Amino acid sequence: MTTFEVVAEGLGKRYGPTRALDTFDLTVPAGTVHGLLGPNGAGKTTAVRILTTLLRFDTGRASVAGYDVLRRPDEVRARIALTGQYAAVDEILSGRQNLELFGRLFRLSSREARRRAAELLERFGLDEAAGRSAGEYSGGMRRRLDLAASLIRTPRVLFLDEPTTGLDPRSRNQVWDLVRGLVADGTTVLLTTQYLEEADQLADRISVIDAGRVVAEGSPDQLKAMTGGDRIEVVVRDAAELAHAGRIVAAICGAQPELDPTVRRLSVPVLDRVAGLVDVVRGLDDAGVAVEDVGLRRATLDEAFLHLTGHRPDDTREPVGAGRKADLA
Amino acid sequence: MSTAITDGWTMTRRNMTHVVRAPEELILYFSLPIMFVLVFGYVFGSGMQVSGGGSYREFLLPGVFVMTMLYGLGATATGVAQDLSRGVVDRFRSMPMARSALMTGRSTADLLRALLEMSTLLICGLLVGWQWRQGVGRALLAVGLLLLLRIAITWVGIYLALLVRNPETVGVIVFPAAFPFTAISNVFVSPELMPSIIGTISEWNPLSATVAAIRELFGNPGLGGDSWPAEHAMLLAVLWPVLLIATFAPLAVRRYQRLSR
Ligand SMILES: Nc1ncnc2c1ncn2[C@@H]1O[C@H](COP(=O)(O)OP(=O)(O)OP(=O)(O)O)[C@@H](O)[C@H]1O
Ligand SMILES: [Mg+2]
Repeated sequence: MTTFEVVAEGLGKRYGPTRALDTFDLTVPAGTVHGLLGPNGAGKTTAVRILTTLLRFDTGRASVAGYDVLRRPDEVRARIALTGQYAAVDEILSGRQNLELFGRLFRLSSREARRRAAELLERFGLDEAAGRSAGEYSGGMRRRLDLAASLIRTPRVLFLDEPTTGLDPRSRNQVWDLVRGLVADGTTVLLTTQYLEEADQLADRISVIDAGRVVAEGSPDQLKAMTGGDRIEVVVRDAAELAHAGRIVAAICGAQPELDPTVRRLSVPVLDRVAGLVDVVRGLDDAGVAVEDVGLRRATLDEAFLHLTGHRPDDTREPVGAGRKADLA
Repeated sequence: MSTAITDGWTMTRRNMTHVVRAPEELILYFSLPIMFVLVFGYVFGSGMQVSGGGSYREFLLPGVFVMTMLYGLGATATGVAQDLSRGVVDRFRSMPMARSALMTGRSTADLLRALLEMSTLLICGLLVGWQWRQGVGRALLAVGLLLLLRIAITWVGIYLALLVRNPETVGVIVFPAAFPFTAISNVFVSPELMPSIIGTISEWNPLSATVAAIRELFGNPGLGGDSWPAEHAMLLAVLWPVLLIATFAPLAVRRYQRLSR
């Protein structure tokens, strides 16, 4: 039987007139990575804050690591770790002092806390900056320190709210490897992201959320398939022949192609990719339609996202550290 | 319970490390008491009358000690508000640590800081001619009452910070909030010399109770009045702080738990 490490049923949370979450549902099986994907303001952070016991909710039910987040918050806290959207470290203390402080609060002995801090500083490439105040760290270093703090004790469920926003590609890859390593050791991960590639790379399953609701859920491939899956695209030489070509392709593929006269292109979904392509090329050739270009295009998660939410994933970001006051209220 | 103590102590050490890493604040720790003694002792210290006779400076210094304890309110409240405005509080709140530790840690660290201030104050006082006249035992008792008042003020400050949240706002409102308590009290003038209503308010002011009690314990001039609060200063100097702690500590803890709303 599958055990679910994260369960949310019909969660609702309002801020005045804003419904930050509206009948939000989620189940995450043990040992998997679940991605929450959604545009700015979709409710990702709200969901994570509720599940990590930081925020109360108005309706619904939630449990993490088998414990109800409202009734047994201490049991939940003992089993989770959170790396939030904005680095949650002490800015006056040095990197080392931060990790030792959190280690002590996890009830490690002072010797053990020191040892663990040194280990993590090295692993996250912070040993040279270990003595400097975290407030003087760059955004990327602060995030790495924040992640290190979440790993002082291996959590059963790890929550990552936009863990790689603001990281350079190298650090991003490091974080991805780290997540894969943790999952291999049995940790369950709930990850929010605005980067589709990140969700595609890491997540076993993805929930696309918009305006506080889950609008679609599935594996990355299932989500891609929802937009119609892979497509064949044909560019004809003469715009006048586009409609004719469209009729031929429709007959072959059994689906109505989309026509775009400005670029003389038609595109149609296919199930059997290669056979479909061969049939289409042969059919057009037999009918004497001059073809300039033909190809197979894989659906991207980007399209799935656009299709499901009507938005492009928005990349306009606030600077790290700003705006979290409102978040706490 | 034991985890509350361990975690509280860990947080106390964190706050003390802050002082070491940001030593600008340490200068303030020492300069404020020194400034108070010098300004009030010398500028206002001459030519004022003390009811019942005696040196004004010796009358004033116990008041300055209490005033220094009161202005610790600013440091406490800004410290807590700054913690709350920073991301780190989210980490604390999502960890399996004692809920009270953030506050008890602050309170204990500020008490240690008050000890430092007290020592500075006593030394400065001695340098300007103030003295204790009833033996070391009673003088230590007086210091104990001052520190008890400081603990009470810490909890008021923690609650204030949780209420207001924004560190800048906290910084701005602390002085206007605290000043009337020193003005309408027996810190500078004996209440008998005030208009009657103001005098009565002054006598019931919690600060006045501590001031009157430590004047008595130090053997400094300015005792007087035959009103009930004046005659029971010692009792009130214990009761007021205990009452304040019993009120504001639970309020603060509740407020902290409600952060999640
Ligand atoms: N403290 C708050 N007070 C009022 N409204 C809030 C508060 N926190 C969040 N909201 C609102 O709730 C909605 C969801 O916000 P949330 O932060 O969960 O979105 P998000 O998906 O994390 O967005 P982003 O990608 O920008 O981080 C938004 O409309 C936001 O304005
Ligand atoms: Mg967010």
